[in-house]
Amino acid sequence: MATVFGKAVKRREDPRLITGHGQYTDDVRLPGLLYAAILRSPHAHARIRKIDTSQALRHPGVVAVFTGQDIQGKMGTIPTAWLPPDSGIVTPPHHALAVDRVRYVGDGVAMVIAEDRYTARDALDLIQVEYEVLPAVVDQEAAMQEGAPQLHDEAPGNVAFHWKVGNFDPSAVQDADVVIRQRFRQQRLVPNPMEPRSAVADYNPATGEMTMWLTSQNPHIHRFLLSGILGIPEHKLRIIATDVGGGFGSKIPCYPDEALVGFAAKTLGRPVKWTEDRREHFMATTHGRDHYDDVELYGKKDGTILAIRVRATANMGAYLSTAAPGVPTILFGLIISGPYQIPYAEADVYGVFTNTTPTDAYRGAGRPEATYLLERMVDLFAREIGMDPVEVRRKNLVRAEQFPYNNPMGLTYDSGDYHGALHKALEMAGYAEFRRQQEEARRAGRLVGVGVTTYVEICGLGPSQVAGAVGFQGGLWESAQVRIHPTGKVTVFTGSSPHGQGEETTFAQIVADRLHIPVEDVEIVHGDTARISMGWGTYGSRSTPVGGSAIALATERVIEKAKKIAAHMLEVGEADVEFEEGQFRVKGAPSRQVSLGDVTLQAYLAWNLPPGVEPALEGQAFYDPSNFTYSFGTHICQVEVDRDTGEVKILRYIAVDDCGRVINPMIAEGQVHGGIVQGIGQALWEGAHYDEQGQLVTGTFMDYAMPRAHFFPTFETAFQETPSPHNPLGVKGIGETGTIASTPTVVNAVLDALSPYGVRDIEMPLTPERVWRAMKGAQEA
Amino acid sequence: MEATRMTVTVRVNGREYTRAVEPRLLLVHFLRDELGLTGTHIGCDTSQCGACTVLLNGEAVKSCTVLAVQADGAEVTTIEGLGDLSHLHPVQEGFWEKHGLQCGFCTPGVIMTAAGMLAQNPNPTEEEIREGLEGVICRCTGYQNIVRAVQYAAEKMKGAGAETEVAAAGADASAGGDA
Repeated sequence: MATVFGKAVKRREDPRLITGHGQYTDDVRLPGLLYAAILRSPHAHARIRKIDTSQALRHPGVVAVFTGQDIQGKMGTIPTAWLPPDSGIVTPPHHALAVDRVRYVGDGVAMVIAEDRYTARDALDLIQVEYEVLPAVVDQEAAMQEGAPQLHDEAPGNVAFHWKVGNFDPSAVQDADVVIRQRFRQQRLVPNPMEPRSAVADYNPATGEMTMWLTSQNPHIHRFLLSGILGIPEHKLRIIATDVGGGFGSKIPCYPDEALVGFAAKTLGRPVKWTEDRREHFMATTHGRDHYDDVELYGKKDGTILAIRVRATANMGAYLSTAAPGVPTILFGLIISGPYQIPYAEADVYGVFTNTTPTDAYRGAGRPEATYLLERMVDLFAREIGMDPVEVRRKNLVRAEQFPYNNPMGLTYDSGDYHGALHKALEMAGYAEFRRQQEEARRAGRLVGVGVTTYVEICGLGPSQVAGAVGFQGGLWESAQVRIHPTGKVTVFTGSSPHGQGEETTFAQIVADRLHIPVEDVEIVHGDTARISMGWGTYGSRSTPVGGSAIALATERVIEKAKKIAAHMLEVGEADVEFEEGQFRVKGAPSRQVSLGDVTLQAYLAWNLPPGVEPALEGQAFYDPSNFTYSFGTHICQVEVDRDTGEVKILRYIAVDDCGRVINPMIAEGQVHGGIVQGIGQALWEGAHYDEQGQLVTGTFMDYAMPRAHFFPTFETAFQETPSPHNPLGVKGIGETGTIASTPTVVNAVLDALSPYGVRDIEMPLTPERVWRAMKGAQEA
Repeated sequence: MEATRMTVTVRVNGREYTRAVEPRLLLVHFLRDELGLTGTHIGCDTSQCGACTVLLNGEAVKSCTVLAVQADGAEVTTIEGLGDLSHLHPVQEGFWEKHGLQCGFCTPGVIMTAAGMLAQNPNPTEEEIREGLEGVICRCTGYQNIVRAVQYAAEKMKGAGAETEVAAAGADASAGGDA
């Protein structure tokens, strides 16, 4: 049968999701279910003097109220699981409910458990808390100043860690003709998957077993961490996360809330559900980005880039979330030289505590921040030396024959054809023609501009040995089990935990392709720790390169075993048998064959197996990649700026991405679309703002501008395929590329449009007001 | 203190339900918690995201902005009643064909919004479709394939004649609850 690898197979997950039969966590209903609500601090920084819960406890329908004092010693604190080495990192205790002090608006203070949702919420209003308000600090640079309010005794000066990497050497830039210096504000974003976080916990006091449904991107990591926090042995704790409504990084961390739900269920002996509302999501789900980046680029007049340096201060919020410290360090600093042959680079990063919601991974996680500053600097450099920004890129991009390429931070880029993707995108965009039209448009008084980004991304996280070396407190391999049932139907168990990426389909394509069976005969099981032995989850564009590769290997093991049985059935040596078109055939005598179905049945009947071969037919693999994968590409955007209002209109958006071999182009394209929109969201509209007292003033969808359908034209996308040489599928990862590339592309396009004004920088998001002020300011200068 | 309850009778997906509810109960909680129709989702608390969109007497409304008591005597169609796998509504089919969903959480609301939109304007331009989706937020798809899905549905409905009618009541009561 025809191969299904590379085909736009319709998604297997869709039938249930388009008919309302998905099961997200809040959809779970259990007999005797109680509902939880969490009282959150209205102050950014305060001492808790007294909490009076008596009135709430008397309220009809209220079953229990817990405060920080109540849970002290009965459950563990919330851990940080990424500790970058040689960074002096401190991890002050993060209590699930504040004990004596709150440190951000949204910090948990008490939890109410009631018979229904509305009653639980009503009772929050009946809890009396006496606060002593303390001075707050929300800006990371302000927090590092002397005399700033201090968040944790363990972290003097509010510094959580200081990490430095690179090979920069002043003597290396002695030949530089130009030094560009620029400061960038990488604003804070709110992930906002459409499904709010939710947890349902069901504890059986007789067996000691706990089942938790959880909005998780990595249920096994949650099992591992919650087991410790709740004191429930790992084999008695089951985490289920089958339908998860998006995550974008915000469902990686282990949060206080879900731990509290587990604690309540265990304590009360009744199932408990908690679901955040959107306001809580804004306050108490991790945010992303939030840097100041001071950057230096050294170059020569001929366009050669000699070195890049960044000093970053990253706002970590009030506590260090699960993976947070790795984001502005490892995932940022190691890739700041990007796709270019820049011999010297350095990143010097401070992670700082402030009275704000903790930050953690948000789609791209560190890599968008790195790509943004690099691409902005390349354009500033091009402008400075009077060279077309595309020429500068072309001159500095790593060349196809240089792979594998070692960047100055010690990463080895696996494969690439950066110039190929650039060329293809320029062709699609009609770049030369656009430059000509731009001249005409300018003469006619119109402000049109183009931005070009060439990027490379660390995907496929990653080799476990490297994970350990960079302080990640876990492995980054993946598990897969492929089971062919006696009737030939196949169940695949994967440690990846997709939540919108379509791997129930693409993973089935991998298996169907190898076994020569219909995709419909393959079922992908994910997101359940009781059914899947182990897994490290879905983030860092790792599911396809790592989880998919594990599946490919497990499938090969099944075929290997089946081949032994087939050879025995055909009474020939194993080396004389080949597997093609679903048949095991004797080489040179293809009419002598047995089908995979026949072999499978014999494997289960086990009446006549070859010596040393065990019954049944399944394969298992634990795949630990030997390297990361490096997706790359070129994005181009054309914009027009309204001279009178400052409004930016996107005229065209072109994306050429190379994520290695594409399993399902329809799904890959969908990933690119979504990524582009999130990245443009950062460029033009999104931004979380705190006032000086630490109040989150963008706390709802009314104040935080989410991208909408009518903000965009139709995107023009294409793929180039340069296989990764080191995994069995040749795949790389596509989930984050759009977000990484689109932000600088759009901002550079706007600044190109404004080049008649000589505007050098506008702080994101580039709202009409900011663009208008930049034009106005330039005119007046 | 037991809150005053009011009796409401609502016809949901062609089946009548009578319940005594708190006057403040939102229609979306009525559907999800009282009737167990969990296909309708809640994505925000300020009526911005549209994940909870259902058809109320044939018109797309955000069910987080309607009280259950306001729906007394009304006909409601939720995603469960729009079409099932053996007989998908053209918009549902379009979403499957054109990869109009990823995580699927906003999807029921977006499908109901699109169904309501096409009932009023069976021949929308791309711009009209994008404007018509103004009231919904999807964080995954970048909207492009949602637009394609709606275009697919519009084409399909053009050819199907009678199917262009998006009835307020669903064809049968396939999901949950008792009368």
